Amino acid sequence: MENPARQIPVVEIRNLFKSYRRGNQILPVLEDINMDIARSEFLALMGPSGSGKTTLLNLIAGIDKADRGTIVIGGVDITSLSETELAHWRASNVGFIFQFYNLIPVLSAFENVELPLLLTNLSKKQRRDHVKMALHVVNLSDRSEHNPGQLSGGQQQRVAIARAIVTDPSILVADEPTGDLDRVSAEEILELMERLVHELGKTIIMVTHDPRAAQKAHLIRHLDKGVLNVHPEAYT
Amino acid sequence: MYILKLILRNSFRHRLRTFLTVLGITIAILAFGLLRTVISAWYAGVEASSASRLVSRNAISLIFPLPISYKEKIRQIEGVKMVSYGNWFGGVYIDEKNFFANYAVEGKTYLELYSEFILPPDQKAAFFRDRKACVVGRKLSAKYGWKPGDSITLKGTIFPGNWDFVLRGIYKGRDQAVDETAFFFHWDYLNETMKKTIPRRADQVGFYMIGVERPNLAAPVSAEIDKTFKNSLAETLTETEKAFQLSFVSMTEAIVIAIQLVSFVVIFIIMAVMANTMAMTARERIGEYAIFKTMGFGVWHITGMIFGESMCITMIGCAIGIILTFPAAKAFGAELSTFFPIFIVEDKTIGLDILASLVIAVVAAIFPAWRAVNIRIADGLRRIG
Repeated sequence: MENPARQIPVVEIRNLFKSYRRGNQILPVLEDINMDIARSEFLALMGPSGSGKTTLLNLIAGIDKADRGTIVIGGVDITSLSETELAHWRASNVGFIFQFYNLIPVLSAFENVELPLLLTNLSKKQRRDHVKMALHVVNLSDRSEHNPGQLSGGQQQRVAIARAIVTDPSILVADEPTGDLDRVSAEEILELMERLVHELGKTIIMVTHDPRAAQKAHLIRHLDKGVLNVHPEAYT
Repeated sequence: MYILKLILRNSFRHRLRTFLTVLGITIAILAFGLLRTVISAWYAGVEASSASRLVSRNAISLIFPLPISYKEKIRQIEGVKMVSYGNWFGGVYIDEKNFFANYAVEGKTYLELYSEFILPPDQKAAFFRDRKACVVGRKLSAKYGWKPGDSITLKGTIFPGNWDFVLRGIYKGRDQAVDETAFFFHWDYLNETMKKTIPRRADQVGFYMIGVERPNLAAPVSAEIDKTFKNSLAETLTETEKAFQLSFVSMTEAIVIAIQLVSFVVIFIIMAVMANTMAMTARERIGEYAIFKTMGFGVWHITGMIFGESMCITMIGCAIGIILTFPAAKAFGAELSTFFPIFIVEDKTIGLDILASLVIAVVAAIFPAWRAVNIRIADGLRRIG
């Protein structure tokens, strides 16, 4: 029996268009995208290079602006928000996982994870508790004082995941999260992401080239030349 | 606190670059501080001038004398408290390279008028008793190793011959703005010698120093003195001591302006160096700023980090520069004490150092901050990897 809460779309995308300007040319990147993503869904976006995967991910995450169309996330139409409103919205609603981890090299793992909490009203002690919890979830409590340079790629990505979940956002966006990792580390990261969906109820939207990574998702959507395939491919 | 920690760590991320930039700022602040101190030293005489002292000299030029007979007439003018007089002697000690200011003055009135020259009572009495006595400043005596009782011979350049003196007193300044490198002896000694050797140059003074009862009387008393001697053989030009000193400085104004310009050029150059450092830093971290923005950090956080880093590096250089300015100025002042008897790093100079550093830090951070704030997050993220 499917959990009914999982059927409620947390992301609703309607008639979304996005293009880039290069000199005098306007290059369409996304054309009339319509898509719903349910709560606690693990969605993989696949497609060849230049198909618009990362652009769609950026639009859903509120770090880029669409030309036309609407993106409603958790009841909020983020296409109508100003830059400042978007920044506030991102801080509390979205967690980011990048291909190259993007940790701040001069900060320890603990401090990197604490970073998003600086925008909250939490006390220092509350922040410390949240960070400890996030590092515990990714099984890196013993490496909290290490700097990114002292950690392996897999460990750095786990710190990045801890940073993404520390504010308890409803959505995690991951852009090629295993693209820079060896097979074993990639497997660990994907298992961790699955746990986040199953145990913490997070909604994950992942862009990947790797079919093995995509197989971990509940659903795969293909993009080709800015057009989303009509029939989603369900794995679970 | 967290952001401060991040700024501090970011500042030392490229240690060599930060070290070289700090070194550049240190040298620039040191050079700026020394140049500003040179300018202050140029105006030291003006700053040390009293508002209640007037200088009366020949209206044609300072090199023409005034008769000693003017003394009584000046004394009788209303508002005049005291009159002293003297001549620029222009002697050299052993040879020309040992140059220092030396004057023949009427000792009693002169020392009373210049109460900032502190002389022990016994030395003052010894000076007054001996017609061939001289008094020198503490720094000058230290430079040549003179002590009371020593014989000193000056070679006259304006007044020919060798002039023998006995050192009877060493004065010190009331504060550090007082020149302690001057040499004074009795005008009577000069005048009596002139009477014997060149009688036509006797009974003449180079200047009158006039003390007025209140500073606000300076203007009317000056006007009255000049009026008294109008249409005489030697008309006077009377002005406040400050105006008199300023007239000397104005003769070398072009040099002062040149020094001022150089001091600002130094700041401008280091501003360009600092701006380059910050531009490189911001270009390298543009992806990182995009990450911060992605997490919800706003314009003020990003600009705060960039301005903070610029401020941190600049202020470290500024602090070291200021600390080094003091020993450098001391060494510089000791070497050039003949030209700059008062070479002190003023509070105003330190203030200008700090102000210049703040300007450098802010200007250097403007463009990188503007760039970091305005770059689209998606574009910034593309720079990573």
